[in-house]
Amino acid sequence: MYFGLSEDQTMLQDSVGRFLETASELELVRGFAEGDAALASNLQHGLMELGVPLVLVPEEYGGLGMGVLEAALIQEAMGRHVAPTSFTAAYAMAVIGLREAGSEQQKSDWLGQIAGGQTLMGVGVTEAIGGREGAGLTLDGDKLSGRASFVLGADLATHFMLTTGAELVIVARDATGLSETALTTIDKTRNVLNLDLDGVACEVLHGDGKTGVARMIDVGRVLLAADSLGAANMMLEKAVDYSKDREQFNRPIGSFQAVKHMCAEMAAKLEPCRSLVWYAAYAQDHVDDEAALVSCLAKSHLAEVGKYIARTSTEVHGGMGFTDLLGLHYWFKRIGANRQLLGGPEAVREEAAKLQGWA
Amino acid sequence: MDLNFTAEYQDFRAEVRGFLDAHKHEAPKMSNAGLRGKKRLKWQRILLEHGYAARTLPKQYGGFGAAPDALKQRIIAEEFSRAKVPGGLSGQGINMLVPTLLELGTEEQKQAYIAKTLSGEMIWCQGYSEPGAGSDLAALRTSAVVDGDDFVINGQKIWTSTANQADMIFCLVRTEPDAPKHHGISYLLFSMDTPGIEVRPLMTMTGRAEFNEVFFTDVRVPTSQIVGERGEGWMVANATLTHERGMLGDPDAALSRLQSIAEIMQNEHVDGKSLMDNAVYRDRLVALEAEVYAMKFNGMRLTTATSAKKSAGMAGMIVKLQGCELNHRLAELAIDVMGEYGILFEDSPFLRDDGMWQTLYMFDLGLIIGGGSAQIQKNIISERGLGMPREPKVNKA
Repeated sequence: MYFGLSEDQTMLQDSVGRFLETASELELVRGFAEGDAALASNLQHGLMELGVPLVLVPEEYGGLGMGVLEAALIQEAMGRHVAPTSFTAAYAMAVIGLREAGSEQQKSDWLGQIAGGQTLMGVGVTEAIGGREGAGLTLDGDKLSGRASFVLGADLATHFMLTTGAELVIVARDATGLSETALTTIDKTRNVLNLDLDGVACEVLHGDGKTGVARMIDVGRVLLAADSLGAANMMLEKAVDYSKDREQFNRPIGSFQAVKHMCAEMAAKLEPCRSLVWYAAYAQDHVDDEAALVSCLAKSHLAEVGKYIARTSTEVHGGMGFTDLLGLHYWFKRIGANRQLLGGPEAVREEAAKLQGWA
Repeated sequence: MDLNFTAEYQDFRAEVRGFLDAHKHEAPKMSNAGLRGKKRLKWQRILLEHGYAARTLPKQYGGFGAAPDALKQRIIAEEFSRAKVPGGLSGQGINMLVPTLLELGTEEQKQAYIAKTLSGEMIWCQGYSEPGAGSDLAALRTSAVVDGDDFVINGQKIWTSTANQADMIFCLVRTEPDAPKHHGISYLLFSMDTPGIEVRPLMTMTGRAEFNEVFFTDVRVPTSQIVGERGEGWMVANATLTHERGMLGDPDAALSRLQSIAEIMQNEHVDGKSLMDNAVYRDRLVALEAEVYAMKFNGMRLTTATSAKKSAGMAGMIVKLQGCELNHRLAELAIDVMGEYGILFEDSPFLRDDGMWQTLYMFDLGLIIGGGSAQIQKNIISERGLGMPREPKVNKA
């Protein structure tokens, strides 16, 4: 038994982290948040070079055939640097959907294109978790109608993978009858939108769409948890650094127990989360009967710990934490968005209860 | 990441199971695991002989002499827990004194004490805390003055668990009153039968006396009963404090506690509906389940780090703080879901689970305070783990 990362996994995470340190430095993130879309394509280009889009694509379709644990390590690095990427949706959830529900032909068509960078898929599965305001899609022949809300990974998307609940379907972004409504959220590092469809031509995946969507959500939740882990870890480090630097009453504020204990509590809550995320990611490929449960537990727990660290780190930074100047709010908001996306903590815990026959 | 066990470990697991099948009938009941009756001592002998107690301790001192292997330790713990059979004896002598003697004791001390302690025939208590020296342990004032070949000890200890049954005490005393406080302490071993020792039980909020106060009046102890040099007791004691912190946080205990609460919630009914049907209780249960899993996996990460002889850093440092807090909150949930039944206590009619949840809720608060309080843990995490500056010393005018 070995509970930890391999050397290769550590190297993978380090290399993505090193790339993002400059490619996603705060001023660039700020630029993206203020509407400069160039950053997203620069990032995309660099990530392609690192092979990041290939991680979950099986080797027979030109990918690297790695596991969800590797994807989670990459996602953690992205959370750490609040990187404006579509990784969660385009390179994890969409790939999982194709792997689970695509026919041989569909896999070889689409996975090859994703691995080659010609295709990038946004993902809309919110209605499989819970429909709001009548949103949801219906299929009539090969024509898709209705609304998909909170579609993820849309920035550079050429296609969308959507669901009717029973089926997984792919639509082209420029298809006739498809209209987009951009949503403005607190998190300006990743854009979400609503799609309205009126008889849009689509390709239905031939396999079991229902299972496919469930697996996409499991993996998506693990990655959102990993993203919050990375973002929260960075917020803790920033709080500790700031407290060593900032002086009041002629001493660093980090020498006051009030401040030290805030940081210690953040560290004590966060450290076990790392093991939970590792296991939840590992279970997606290796522990079938626990995969859904631990995904729910990781997602909901990181939502709680993430929120705690987001507010506590901001408090340690005092008034500066509250300013736009420092930019800490990008992490605060990223964690806040991760908490709500693909199910808030109470909703996800209720699913965990159902999985165990408790509800 | 590889959660499978290799053939070597699968064989080892089979060996442990084989042992349990063959010897289970000789084991005392789990509920008597802490007592040292005849059956328990005989069981300890069997465990020592087969390497399921004191597994990695040297043979010449009564151990089994196996190479340290965190995975095998884990397998033993898992299999004993599955078979509901008590494992090797624990206690302050075995868990804290023995490692200290192995590291810092003289050959005579090792010979005299380790084997007898491991076999369970010699019971120890720990004389550290004093009324005026809790978190600031180094402020202790119990004095030991040399008179001929003896130390003469006067003072008082508190929070001394098992003092009423102990044969021996390992005790911190001030031998150099003029030295700076950390350099004036010595670590002594002596019999609890020495004249001048009085033990008074200390009743706690649980209604039991889990601790004692120990009073020393002109207690004479030969100067040879020191571990380490005079004035080095603080360093000697710190070796054992590390062992204590490792001992307190057990993630598997939290998991079985969680499972017991889930059973209560499924089996207890209010107005014909099970407690599990209450969405608020259920949400609290699953929220705690996530934390229990996180601590369980954190524990597996520690096992892996230990077998690779690496420090797990922060993952190890937070175990006492988080583990005690989590256990406390689990007991809290058990009480809350039981409503009015949750306050039944002692020998009340309609009592559930022998009233253990209230006892745990109170006793766990004691564990949060004892063995390095939560606040001291946070100082350690922030200063040693996060590298934050120490609190400036207050200069007494």
